[in-house]
Amino acid sequence: MKSIVLNQGLANVSLIFIYAAMAIYTISFVSFALHLARRVSDNKKLREAAGPLEKFAMTMMIIAAVSHGIGVVLRGIAASRVPWANMYEFSITGSFVIVVIFLAALFFVLDIRIIAVMVSGFALLVLGAATSWFIVDVKSLMPALQSYWLVIHVVVAILATAFFNIAAAISVAYLLKTSPRLKQSKAKFAKTARRILALFTEEAKLEKLAYRFNIIGFILWTFTLIAGAIWAERAWHRYWGWDTKEVWTFIIWTIYAGYLHANATRGWSGRRSAWLALIGFAAVLFNFTIVNLFFKGLHVYSGLK
Amino acid sequence: MASSRQSEIESPEIGLRGWARWFWRQLTSMRTALILLLALAAAAVPGSVYPQRSADPNGVTQFLDNQPELGKVLDALQLFDVYTSVWFSAIYILLFVSLIGCVIPRAQLHYKNLRSAPPVAPRLFARMPAHKTVTLRKANVVSVAEKILKEQGYRVVVTGKSVAAERGYWRETGNLVFHYALIGVLIAVGIGGGLSYNGQRVLIEGDTFVNNLTGYDSISPGTFFDETRLTPFSVTLDKFTVNFDLQNKTNLGTPLDFRAEVTSKVGADGEPTKGLIRVNEPLGLPNANLFLTGNGYAPVITIRDAKGNVAFSGPTAYLPQDSNYTSLGVIKVPDALPEQFGIISFFYPTAETLTNGALTSIYPDPINPKLTMNVYVGDLGLDGGVPRNVYSLDISKMKQVAGGKSGVKGIQLDVRETADLPNGMGTVTFDALKRYVSLDVSYNPGAGWILFFALLALAGLILSLLVPRRRVWVRQTNGGFELAALARGDDPSLTTILDELAEEIKKAK
Repeated sequence: MKSIVLNQGLANVSLIFIYAAMAIYTISFVSFALHLARRVSDNKKLREAAGPLEKFAMTMMIIAAVSHGIGVVLRGIAASRVPWANMYEFSITGSFVIVVIFLAALFFVLDIRIIAVMVSGFALLVLGAATSWFIVDVKSLMPALQSYWLVIHVVVAILATAFFNIAAAISVAYLLKTSPRLKQSKAKFAKTARRILALFTEEAKLEKLAYRFNIIGFILWTFTLIAGAIWAERAWHRYWGWDTKEVWTFIIWTIYAGYLHANATRGWSGRRSAWLALIGFAAVLFNFTIVNLFFKGLHVYSGLK
Repeated sequence: MASSRQSEIESPEIGLRGWARWFWRQLTSMRTALILLLALAAAAVPGSVYPQRSADPNGVTQFLDNQPELGKVLDALQLFDVYTSVWFSAIYILLFVSLIGCVIPRAQLHYKNLRSAPPVAPRLFARMPAHKTVTLRKANVVSVAEKILKEQGYRVVVTGKSVAAERGYWRETGNLVFHYALIGVLIAVGIGGGLSYNGQRVLIEGDTFVNNLTGYDSISPGTFFDETRLTPFSVTLDKFTVNFDLQNKTNLGTPLDFRAEVTSKVGADGEPTKGLIRVNEPLGLPNANLFLTGNGYAPVITIRDAKGNVAFSGPTAYLPQDSNYTSLGVIKVPDALPEQFGIISFFYPTAETLTNGALTSIYPDPINPKLTMNVYVGDLGLDGGVPRNVYSLDISKMKQVAGGKSGVKGIQLDVRETADLPNGMGTVTFDALKRYVSLDVSYNPGAGWILFFALLALAGLILSLLVPRRRVWVRQTNGGFELAALARGDDPSLTTILDELAEEIKKAK
């Protein structure tokens, strides 16, 4: 006979770490925003004080990530399995991976540190949604999920999402920076926005950065799709059945495939392909939220009633 | 001069051939591929909004019942069969035609490129995206550069005082492999789907399933399926165990494991082999995989009619209605005398009486199993030759004689208990409790090929996106040498590469 031990007490401790991470992400997010505001200030003293503020914000982000990571690990120990079997767990683990990949990427491409405000803000939003809407008691794995594919398929899906997410943040910056309306507008906010955007690296570089994150995301997503089909063949006796989640995985794959083609098509690179990347990421978010909660299908793992 | 000729070239005759060529060029352009891809993504969306016959046939029936008007329109637009619809098929067929038209000439070109030398150095290096000039007194720059570049995996050609090098042919090879592999996936899906079949069978503990058409409760064969291809084997369900959580408060009654212990025999006189089927662990038999897709209780019931003859005896599969296995079963007793009757019955594995007197099940294992029965007499509708669902009772021509509003209390039974049927119709006994499994038997000879081509596509994709393709030129000049580089697509490291190459050339002897 199989038996498992679930530890709800430990799950509550995990939640405390998640709450702590949210508080520290908030500090980090506000500091990053303030840093941007100071960098474009007219006051020279304030501009000079911006550097240390960014360092402080970055330190806070790392501390928040550590607390976040402890929360994720404790949740896994509480359930004695991987911490991504329902929507709450997928959210906390997924957002943790996004932050970690962002911090790791900083070592290679410093140019993306300016999107830290978006990454910390996004992590905060996801954790907020997870703790207020998606949270469920710790549960065992249903037999259909008891497979090593849960590790492979889902980990790669999370990684792909993280890369798409960072690319999307860069694309937002690119689209704002290249926006003709914003360039011409004489409104005061447009002036401030332009000064903030001037802090971002040049347009061509932003476009290339987004492309590089997206191609990694696309390779990982292709793997997610294949791994999902292999697992579906074992668990549901068919490799592909146009289940709602499979449909959306396919849609996302096709949109990003379109994005790659757009980058090689005259008249489609630049702003148009950046929009495609954003539509692709919107589909990723849609797949994770709306499809999970409201669409009928076999991937019913939110654990919510 | 141009204006005087204008009238001559204003409207050249294109003709049918010309139009065909124009159309083909449009279809195979990257822009068309892009638009078809986006169209395919958009066309897939309604399949997740409306129930699909392939994935959720009950959902479609329900939709048509609830909204017949809208349902009819949607059905006419094939919105319940999106992925086999004319419009969806049209998009992906066009996409693949476009793909083939694109990759065949590209493969020819690539083959040619693979066999030809890298293009000679351009005259003006300054026009290249990355270039560098080094002042240095060194006589053997050309031979040194040639050696270094060859070591780095470049294909190198020396012409006079300049070196032309190219690397990263795998980028285009990968790109082509990816696209050809996608064609492979599509073909394998088509042929595999045609040869495949998929059948369902409910198997009660102790029963044996024999792999022939009559052994299945339902079967959906592919287009080229032929029943003589069913490999003769039999599978007996010896025991089915379910492990529900009874320890953790928040997890009470959650299934932890399902285990179907079976004995299989291949061929008429094959060795009986013990096997185990679990969720995620199908049983592999020749040309078929057996999957565990569902389970439930099958109470063993014996019914004797008014004269004491056994009118019905055996296990009946009950359909679970909730996570605590409150189950619904139907028993039809056509041979009872003097009058045939039917029973609608509920089974509660762990029965608990609600405040209003009704029963409910509070745990999925049989801790306190109880059966309740409502009895109906009249025409069961079995003699008309119309196929009837064994899980439902058509009570339109029947009269309720026990339970509900009939005035007679419904029958309630514990295991090994016997009760009288109303109006002296006989007795009913709840002999024992068995479990059953729903098995799905499926066979798809294309699956292995699909996986092969999918992995090939993945490998091609990785190469095509990550291998840098670049050309490097080095030329000896009077005061030193100059370098230039050109990349296909995005290559952030061009300048760094030239810097490093220059250093190496300087250092080399």
